Amino acid sequence: MEEILAGLAHALRLIFSGDPALYEIIWLTLQVTGVALGLAILLGVPCGAALGLYRVRTRGLITVLLYTGMGLPPVVVGLFVYLILSRSGPLGTLSWLFTPYAMIVAQVIIAFPLTAGLTMTAVQGVDPALRLQARALGATGAQEVWTILTEARIGVVAAIVAAFGGIISEVGAVMLVGGNIEGKTRVLTTAIVLNTRTGDFDLAIALGLILLAIAFIINGGMLFLQRNALE
Amino acid sequence: MKHFTLAFILTFAALIMAGCATATPTALPPTVAPQPTVAPQPTQAPASACALRLATTTSTADSGLLDAILPDFEKKFNCQVDVVAVGTGQALEIGSKGDADVVLVHARKSEDKFVADGHARERFDVMYNDFIVVGPKDDPAQILGMTSSADAFKQIATKQASFASRGDKSGTNSKELSIWASAGITPTKEMAWYNALGQGMGETLLTSNEKGMYTLTDRGTYLAMRDKLPNLVIILGGNSLDENKDKALLNPYGVMAVNPDKHPGVQYEMAMNFVNWLVSPDIQKMIGTFGVDKFGQPLFYPNAKP
Amino acid sequence: MRLGIGEVLGMSSLYALEKLHKVYDGRAVLAVDTLQVREGEMLALVGPSGTGKSTLLRLMNFLEAPTSGTLHYRAQDVTASAPLELRREVTTVFQRPLLLRGSVADNIAFGLRLRSAPVNGNVAHMLRRVGLANMAAAPARKLSGGEMQRVALARALVIEPRVLLLDEPTANLDPYNVSLIEDIVREQNKTRGVTVIVVTHNVFQAKRLAHRVGLLLNGQLVEIAETAAFFDSPQDPRTAAFARGEMVY
Repeated sequence: MEEILAGLAHALRLIFSGDPALYEIIWLTLQVTGVALGLAILLGVPCGAALGLYRVRTRGLITVLLYTGMGLPPVVVGLFVYLILSRSGPLGTLSWLFTPYAMIVAQVIIAFPLTAGLTMTAVQGVDPALRLQARALGATGAQEVWTILTEARIGVVAAIVAAFGGIISEVGAVMLVGGNIEGKTRVLTTAIVLNTRTGDFDLAIALGLILLAIAFIINGGMLFLQRNALE
Repeated sequence: MKHFTLAFILTFAALIMAGCATATPTALPPTVAPQPTVAPQPTQAPASACALRLATTTSTADSGLLDAILPDFEKKFNCQVDVVAVGTGQALEIGSKGDADVVLVHARKSEDKFVADGHARERFDVMYNDFIVVGPKDDPAQILGMTSSADAFKQIATKQASFASRGDKSGTNSKELSIWASAGITPTKEMAWYNALGQGMGETLLTSNEKGMYTLTDRGTYLAMRDKLPNLVIILGGNSLDENKDKALLNPYGVMAVNPDKHPGVQYEMAMNFVNWLVSPDIQKMIGTFGVDKFGQPLFYPNAKP
Repeated sequence: MRLGIGEVLGMSSLYALEKLHKVYDGRAVLAVDTLQVREGEMLALVGPSGTGKSTLLRLMNFLEAPTSGTLHYRAQDVTASAPLELRREVTTVFQRPLLLRGSVADNIAFGLRLRSAPVNGNVAHMLRRVGLANMAAAPARKLSGGEMQRVALARALVIEPRVLLLDEPTANLDPYNVSLIEDIVREQNKTRGVTVIVVTHNVFQAKRLAHRVGLLLNGQLVEIAETAAFFDSPQDPRTAAFARGEMVY
């Protein structure tokens, strides 16, 4: 109990002390997760929409793959990305290993099944007659898809929230492919692992609380959007 | 509808902004390999475009040694050092794939194999410290007073006292296994008292502290964490390296520049600068005094050949 | 008055269907030998449920392609597909209102937004016409059934369609809403010359609204005639039975 309170006090002190190293870690966390989430949305939402809207012959197989992807341990994704991006690997010439790029690649792979799979489910939940109605009112193919996506937006936002939660709290993959390099690839989760390892529990708790606060603020914002979408 | 559109626009905006910003701190090492075509080039050149990647063990990083000495190198050579701190096994693995320019580890046999396999041309002595056996205050296996680690391990096995192993192929783990071997014992998972945790040194010490187990640790990590380990005492190895009677417990660190013949992408020249810098008298002296003010004794003893 | 190629050539039919067949999973649901729809008329298609009336409307709104046969709209062969500008002349109000999330005004503006057409004045005018002027900002899906169907009708009419297809639009409504909707449809036909094709199984609605009535049975067009003739002197005994209300379905 004492440790938790000490952590809380430490957290507040840290946040208001303006420690540049801490802000660097927070900023990098937001950047990596933000870019990865953005890419996962750009790739996953259209894929999920297409799977939900059109007759795809291999949909059964793709669905199973997506659901499996949702359950894949992130560290396995990390290992895969590590081997691909290693200088001895097929994409070694990119020199992305131990940079934020590698972390983003890993996080996109972790988040994609969530955005695509849950968008697909959300789109499938929309009354198919609405699609016909949109077309009858003169929608082009693209407008039709957009209409269905906005109808399914509560589910789509839920998909994005799930993907966000999955990657901002993820540590195994980013530790492996990022290397937890101070000032370059150290994010909140890897910093927490580091401080736990060295027994600096109050610092670890402080960082954990900051992570919690970020997740709370962002999820709150998304919920606000979802609420408005309910109207 | 409007809000939803807005959310998407915000996401895209954040994406683009973050995309540009990410490019800035990412100093890509100026390798001889062709520059990545996909990676956005840094818009602002950082102070030093040079970045040397060091794969090392958690003990050198977590003890604070690297934080104390690296600024000198970075200033002298105008080259940043990116520290990837992992277990010795993983550090050597990173080096053997050409993903690091230089490795600083402590597992002599693996290091010799690393050189033999051609991943490095030569290994250099840097420093050493020692391992100690820590355990619960009441010493259930009655080891206190022994001087040989092999005898102590034999006793632990005979009394079936709980023992925590790193179990992570780290330098400490391989040292532990060699002690078991010299005691004529092969730990298996059938032995209920033997716990292979698969964790780092800090976690292993914390677990031992909670569960009342013996464990093998490097002295530096133990000293740095002693405040958080109220239930543990040093059972074998004495209060400083000089009091440690068992020479088998010495823990030498070696540094190796990754061989450019085998891994053309590495920055061999800068890596050799690092090696030569690390074994130079000034830095050796700095290593020898690190931690004295805090712990009353050095955490590492320099032993580079002049 | 808009004139298509058909009118110029003296062929007054807006739609011309020949041997139009639709087969789902090997089952023929529609087999119309021939049907002409005139510009500006109100045509009612009657018949029991499941006789292909809705399928016919979907084909005429170009939402699906027929399995065989030909479909001409404004003298253009649109059997396989219709170009967007023709497709946007035709719209359907279904039995269920099928409103989207959002306000009443958002729903009515939907078709205009698809066309990037000005929204404000048009929507306000339509809201008044369907008696929902003070409901513009209300969540559309929280309205009563009759109100929702009026929103659906307003949404269809605000885009000023040449053809309005109605698929059992008042089947679930109370008499007040039925008469309100019928009035608006009649007025649109009279003042703007909108061609209306209404599918209904309600004989009285057909009688009240239509200039011509056609009977569909098992996917086939049994008889089509001026409304008076259809009810007073049917040629086919099945039409007579249906007109008398003796057809059980």
